[in-house]
Amino acid sequence: MSDAQTANALLSVRDLNGWYGESHVLHGVDFDVQEGEVVTLLGRNGAGKTSTLLAIMGILGKRTGAVTYNGAETIAMAPRQIARLGIAICPEERGIFAALNVDENLMLPPRIADGGLDLERIFELFPNLRERRRSQGSKLSGGEQQMLAIARILRTGAHLLLLDEPTEGLAPVIVQQIGRTIAALKKEGFTIVLVEQNFRFAASVADRHYVVDQGRVVDMIPNRELDANMDKLHAYLGV
Amino acid sequence: MFELLGIPPQALLGQLLLGLINGSFYAVLSLGLAVIFGLLNIINFAHGALYMMGAFVAWMLLNYAGIGYWPALILAPLIVGVFGIVLERLLLSRLYHLDHLYGLLLTFGLALIIQGLFRNYYGISGLPYRIPDALAGGYNLGFMFLPKYRAWVVVASLVVCFGTWFMIEKTRLGAYLRAATENPVLVGAFGVNVPLLIMLTYGFGVALAGFAGVLAAPIYSVNPNMGADLIIVVFAVVVIGGMGSIMGSILTGYFLGLIEGLTRVFYPEGSAVVIFVIMALVLLVKPEGLFGRAT
Ligand SMILES: Nc1ncnc2c1ncn2[C@@H]1O[C@H](COP(=O)(O)OP(=O)(O)OP(=O)(O)O)[C@@H](O)[C@H]1O
Ligand SMILES: [Mg+2]
Repeated sequence: MSDAQTANALLSVRDLNGWYGESHVLHGVDFDVQEGEVVTLLGRNGAGKTSTLLAIMGILGKRTGAVTYNGAETIAMAPRQIARLGIAICPEERGIFAALNVDENLMLPPRIADGGLDLERIFELFPNLRERRRSQGSKLSGGEQQMLAIARILRTGAHLLLLDEPTEGLAPVIVQQIGRTIAALKKEGFTIVLVEQNFRFAASVADRHYVVDQGRVVDMIPNRELDANMDKLHAYLGV
Repeated sequence: MFELLGIPPQALLGQLLLGLINGSFYAVLSLGLAVIFGLLNIINFAHGALYMMGAFVAWMLLNYAGIGYWPALILAPLIVGVFGIVLERLLLSRLYHLDHLYGLLLTFGLALIIQGLFRNYYGISGLPYRIPDALAGGYNLGFMFLPKYRAWVVVASLVVCFGTWFMIEKTRLGAYLRAATENPVLVGAFGVNVPLLIMLTYGFGVALAGFAGVLAAPIYSVNPNMGADLIIVVFAVVVIGGMGSIMGSILTGYFLGLIEGLTRVFYPEGSAVVIFVIMALVLLVKPEGLFGRAT
């Protein structure tokens, strides 16, 4: 990647190392995300995609290296400070609070800046949630939980969304709905880092793909060159 | 007048009222324990000592500063709450990453120190605290005499318990607390200051204990051991209700107070142990407690 690209990247990750306790799982992750882009992290099970998102958010056990967002170095910041810069995560396990109803889950993340989506727009994107506003988090289906997990980070004014496998285990119609949502969010101006196993889905929404393997970024493939690189990608992902 | 199994109704109602008073203390104290345990993962063994401190602070306010019951009802919980916050910042906050057991041991040690200090300065004979004038006397209900102060204790504890329940279950602050109880890391990753939330929660939980202490001061004499005796029963109440549930700990508190009162009428010898017998039965049948969630 060129220096010019790095210089004006919204998110820039350099030599990111990460640990769960004693176990060293990220070994120097490097990548950039430009303002307004949708970028995916692809890779096999255990490659380090989730760990990379957690490390960016500051909630991996320990991290070193450099993670700059909007020019600010975040490596020494607490997660809540990183969140307040405008980064929000939709975790792999979705993290819907069982003791809170849909409305409370939706309203939980505090506003950190202007410019978030209003509730009306959020219910337009996720009509199913509107009917379930009073339902307890524990009573939602997997698809509803996933929608809620995305929905609740849209109203806070966060600008960079980290989405961890939002299509995992969901029915095809819901996968399609989430695909349309991501496209709509890109139009709204959000910047998105998307972790995906399903690269047919990834190809339908992303600008660029980073390939993660054994705790490193090993390749970058622009979406328009995806077809030409299919063999390589199959080898990386072992499919 | 009718009699129930040979028990005069005055005696029955009198014991039920006494049970309800005890239940009021069980409810306020076990509620504080449940709130603290939920968020901090700490079994706060210092709770009884902080309850005792609440009573002592009220006594000191009156005797050293001439501040009476009503201001003390606000001031003493605040002072105990701030004391709790200091404990939390200096000591407890270092234990969150460890097993429950360490928090229990530390707070147990703190309880012994606090009680020892008060015993050292004030002895164990107990200090009197007068019922405020407005609540002296009582109502003659025809079938029984209801002391005003006892009625007040029941009303005040109900208001505090259900106020707390409302705050936790129905407000935005309460939603933070419930969410952080489930997943503090994620709540922090949304930008909420979880350490601050934890600090305030501990302060609030022990302020409840301090409040119960002020309520207790005019009924039981102000005594360094008053908390140590009560807290064992309160822990049994918490085990029966289940640690996880706010409403559960409130209802279980009142319910067990009443059960204890009834036992005193029908089988006085059993009244000291009935709560522990129920605890044993609940642990056998539903180990997570009546209102607890299985983990
Ligand atoms: N809580 C944990 N404690 C210790 N090691 C972990 C933990 N979570 C993940 N790991 C290890 O870290 C490495 C990277 O895992 P990570 O979850 O980041 O992979 P991933 O690419 O997201 O995989 P998947 O596609 O299965 O979600 C793996 O070797 C995994 O075993
Ligand atoms: Mg993962």
